[in-house]
Amino acid sequence: MSAGQTTERRDGRADPDVAPVWIVCLAWTIRRLIVAGRGLAFLGLALAGLAVVAAPVTALGMIVVLALTAATHAQSNQGLGLSVAGLGLLVWLAAVPLFLVSLRPLARLTRRLSGRWCGVPIADPYLPTPWASGGKAGPHRRLRWLLTDQATWRDLLWAFVDGSVGWVLAIVPAGAVVLGFLGLFAPYTSGLIRLLAVGIAALVLWSAPRLSRGYGYFARSMLAPTGQAELALRVAQLAQTRTEALDTGAAEIRRIERDLHDGAQARLVAMGMTLDAAGQIIDTNPDAARALLFEARDASVKALVELRALVRGIHPPVLADRGLADAIRALALDSPLRSHVLGGLDGRLPAPVESAAYFAVSELLANVSKHAGARETWIDIRHAGGMLRLGVTDNGQGGADPARGTGLRGIERRLAAFDGVLAVSSPPGGPTSVTMEIPCELSSPKTSSC
Amino acid sequence: MRVVIAEDLFLLRDGLTRMLQAHGLDIAAAVDNGDDLLAALAADPPDVAIVDVRLPPTFTDEGIRAALAARRAAPGLPVLVLSQYVEQLYARELLASGTGGIGYLLKDRVFDSGQFVDAVRRVAAGGTAMDPEVIARLFARNTGNASLSALSPREREVLALMAEGRSNAAIAARLVITERAVAKHTASIFTKLDLQPSDDDNRRVLAVLAYLEG
Repeated sequence: MSAGQTTERRDGRADPDVAPVWIVCLAWTIRRLIVAGRGLAFLGLALAGLAVVAAPVTALGMIVVLALTAATHAQSNQGLGLSVAGLGLLVWLAAVPLFLVSLRPLARLTRRLSGRWCGVPIADPYLPTPWASGGKAGPHRRLRWLLTDQATWRDLLWAFVDGSVGWVLAIVPAGAVVLGFLGLFAPYTSGLIRLLAVGIAALVLWSAPRLSRGYGYFARSMLAPTGQAELALRVAQLAQTRTEALDTGAAEIRRIERDLHDGAQARLVAMGMTLDAAGQIIDTNPDAARALLFEARDASVKALVELRALVRGIHPPVLADRGLADAIRALALDSPLRSHVLGGLDGRLPAPVESAAYFAVSELLANVSKHAGARETWIDIRHAGGMLRLGVTDNGQGGADPARGTGLRGIERRLAAFDGVLAVSSPPGGPTSVTMEIPCELSSPKTSSC
Repeated sequence: MRVVIAEDLFLLRDGLTRMLQAHGLDIAAAVDNGDDLLAALAADPPDVAIVDVRLPPTFTDEGIRAALAARRAAPGLPVLVLSQYVEQLYARELLASGTGGIGYLLKDRVFDSGQFVDAVRRVAAGGTAMDPEVIARLFARNTGNASLSALSPREREVLALMAEGRSNAAIAARLVITERAVAKHTASIFTKLDLQPSDDDNRRVLAVLAYLEG
């Protein structure tokens, strides 16, 4: 490449640092042509939407015509005509939800393309499906979910508007290309008109990116979630995370009850019996009694060990004593991996956040030592701008997939109760990096008594 | 030997007092909070202080902080910290000064009064008493360490007891072998781990702990 450029410079034709004018023009034109082509894609989407809308409308029209014809002609087959129309109406009613649902992929694609091509990203406005959380939903609930969602009707409106007038905006650049071609190559045309056509075409093409953006905004005005829809989405999300948080809490309490029942409680009962037995024989057989007493002592040690493990699982003492940063340092010290803790916190976090963040890091470290084949981890703790950020990076083999393992999913679910999020970057070959963010306030550090 | 006890639960404080007295130790003071402990230590320094980690008013880690404060005020003051649980983080902080006279034991260890009083005397004499659970976790942390894997099972046992702070004589008694055999094991361990051998028990313990903490 440099060889060609130096030759050109020797000829005095081009500066090596600046691309030749014709290349700039070509690039400009190609970019405009791409925008024009994308407009045609939007036209295709609009027509597809129109087709989806037109089919049921046409069908309904035919049914109405049939019914009217049958009603106004007082003949022998009037009853037959009316019943066929009635049957048609029933089938039509049953098919309407299918039409409404089939608008969604088209609307979704428009939103996606608006973000990618027009620079106007649009969020999906749909309410979460009633069966998303794993529950069952009968046809009645499904229907209600579809029909009560405002987005369904706004999609329909969009299909009408886009199919009738919206697409015109989308294909303006493509039209300009055609106009330009006509201006250049059409026979029997005066020079002035040619010039005018090419001029208009160039002007339109020049503003093509702006037109494309305009189309994006137009789409957003109908396809984006409304304020009300956003609230509805938020309520649905809160209801779901609250249910999950309550379920998790209840399951945890059941586990603790079971552990106490099978562990420490059982050992204390056994200890009481052993002590009683020792008491019975202490006069007649002091040696055996002594052995029983030692047995009881050992049982109490085992009970304590189990209680300690249980307490660690409920609320680690060091977390209560020192807060999240030191608790994570303690975790790092207990981990078989070489763990480096970076950053820290200048105060204490709300207790529930502390606990959730601690167990999330604990589970991540356990995951790393089990699956990642890593030797070292780096744990980054930071709080800035009302947001707690925790990063766990390892030098393992990568390829962690949140969709496959239940571990990452579980952490994500528990963080969701705090509006926290989890992001995983784990290319095959590593490294794996998990970042968690939880919005929360940092309280000023406790003043120590010593 | 004079002992100060800081423990907020009356039953445990009373039990400890009786047990230590039964073994011929003097209880100079038995207090139930960190401030009183510091006052008692300053007024009349004992041979050793036995401190519970959780003390009023916040019931978090006052005991650790009081122990560290007391040792800052009187360097080398022997302190034995008792706790319902052990944390490596706290063990590390207690050992950070690099001087001896430190103990960190689970409360369960008082069940075996003979062993416990041994540990108290060891700390009072400037030695170290680390809980076996701290040592077990240090070993677990070093599972991937090739030098440690090269140790024989017996050598690992000796290393663990050494890390707890026990002398050769105590290790020999515990494992029912001769002191000479223990000395042979320790020499071999120090060679395999590439550590400087030392005749000083305390320095030896600190070197081993530093090695395990990595």
